[in-house]
Amino acid sequence: MLQKSKTENSKAVITIRDVNKSFGDYHVLRGADLDLYEGENLVVLGRSGTGKSVLIKIISGLLKQDSGMVNVLGKDVANLSPKELLELRLRIGFSFQNSALYDSMTVRENLEFPLVRNRKNLGKAEIAQAVETVLDAVGLSQTINQMPSELSGGQRKRIGIARTLILRPEIMLYDEPTAGLDPITCIEINNLINEVQERFKTSSIIITHDLTCAKAVGNRIAMLLDGQFQRVGTFDEVFDTADERVTPFYDYNFIQE
Amino acid sequence: MKKIVTRISQRFTNMFLELYRVHLFILKFFKEAFTAPFEGREVLRQCYQVGYRSLALISLTGFITGIVFTKQSRPSLAEFGATSWLPSLVGIAMLRTLAPLLTALISAGKVGSSIGAELGSMKVTEQIDAMEVSATNPFSYLVVTRVLATSITIPILTFYTAFVALLGAFVNVSTNESTSFSAFVQSFLESITFLDITASTIKAIVFGFTIGMVGCYQGFHSSKGTEGVGKAANSAVVVGMFLVFIEEVIATQITFLFRT
Repeated sequence: MLQKSKTENSKAVITIRDVNKSFGDYHVLRGADLDLYEGENLVVLGRSGTGKSVLIKIISGLLKQDSGMVNVLGKDVANLSPKELLELRLRIGFSFQNSALYDSMTVRENLEFPLVRNRKNLGKAEIAQAVETVLDAVGLSQTINQMPSELSGGQRKRIGIARTLILRPEIMLYDEPTAGLDPITCIEINNLINEVQERFKTSSIIITHDLTCAKAVGNRIAMLLDGQFQRVGTFDEVFDTADERVTPFYDYNFIQE
Repeated sequence: MKKIVTRISQRFTNMFLELYRVHLFILKFFKEAFTAPFEGREVLRQCYQVGYRSLALISLTGFITGIVFTKQSRPSLAEFGATSWLPSLVGIAMLRTLAPLLTALISAGKVGSSIGAELGSMKVTEQIDAMEVSATNPFSYLVVTRVLATSITIPILTFYTAFVALLGAFVNVSTNESTSFSAFVQSFLESITFLDITASTIKAIVFGFTIGMVGCYQGFHSSKGTEGVGKAANSAVVVGMFLVFIEEVIATQITFLFRT
């Protein structure tokens, strides 16, 4: 296994140790270990069905691991009470693969929803201001009164990210942010992920198959192979190998520089 | 032979597992319904949705049932020269059984399927997960509100159905006899008892609870994919209607015990 190139002098905001998760006979995670350091963008790569999305669902408490420890912002996720879990979730943003915008609500209502429910002390003007700020951050102020069905795939992704940002999370989890998008929109989303890291000072895990995205946004790359993070490091460190489980990713996506 | 036994035992195991899950779902409803925060605004919004979705169909069905029921009953009563009993007959039949049953069946079709499809679609597109990760309890926001809305609105719709059916009955009566509306209503009111109203109200609440609960359960537990959404909507209607009929039989038996 490669030595992980830790972001200088940062503390870990997520610590994953010896995590196992099975679905029936299918053993997805087999003793996975990983750290996410404060302020970094960590890209998780791996084949489909290897447990990448399962991992971030475990981190956010949507799924429970069979064994092992997942510590997020100093809290052991598996042992939190429902109230503590809700409090922790306010500090984590989750951008879903298909955006998961509420179909029956306009963009404005989608963005207001987490605020109205979790920041009860805020007045109407403050909520409107917060909505404008995040919409401006993702560059989609003009869509405020549109329904999700009227938006393009890229716009939906951006609004999904805006909805998670409105609660000012410390950690962002992106599940395949560029999946199904055209190259230009992919570049826009990559730039947005970097802007979010810089502007909102978030630490992020980005799940993707897209190596262009991985290279553009990742401070570190972690490759999930056979249920474990067997290669963790910078982009060049991870792909400097003849391992046949790794090289197809590079060969398919790139680009010989 | 061994295969058949294994299959049967597997079916029974699945059935009991499903019953156990339903039991947990119902218990969770009562726990969440009495836990803060109370989603009052969303309950009102859902009440409006349930009423709005069913009102037109209920009005039409109730009115036609009133006319047809009166028309069909008239010859039998006329044989005994008892057509003056028509308001009482229609009123009792409507209030005791037809109005709660018609309303529940229409609501199971319109509202139950809609709840099943809506929640199923939200589940498939990860909207329920999105709600959960944004620190909102989806059970409380989606399930409790809808079940409360159906439990509140369906009893109101039941009495509305009875009223509309009486109007239909009056249209038929007034074309055959010179009866005033006030005399018609007076005759109806004299025939019904407090027990009729109480039993119908309780029955309609139970029907509403069942329709909401079945729709939410099917939607919340729909499998991934669009096929799962379709199945959830379909099961919400079929299971909902089936349970309504069973409850009707039980409720009638219990009411008769009180009557005797």
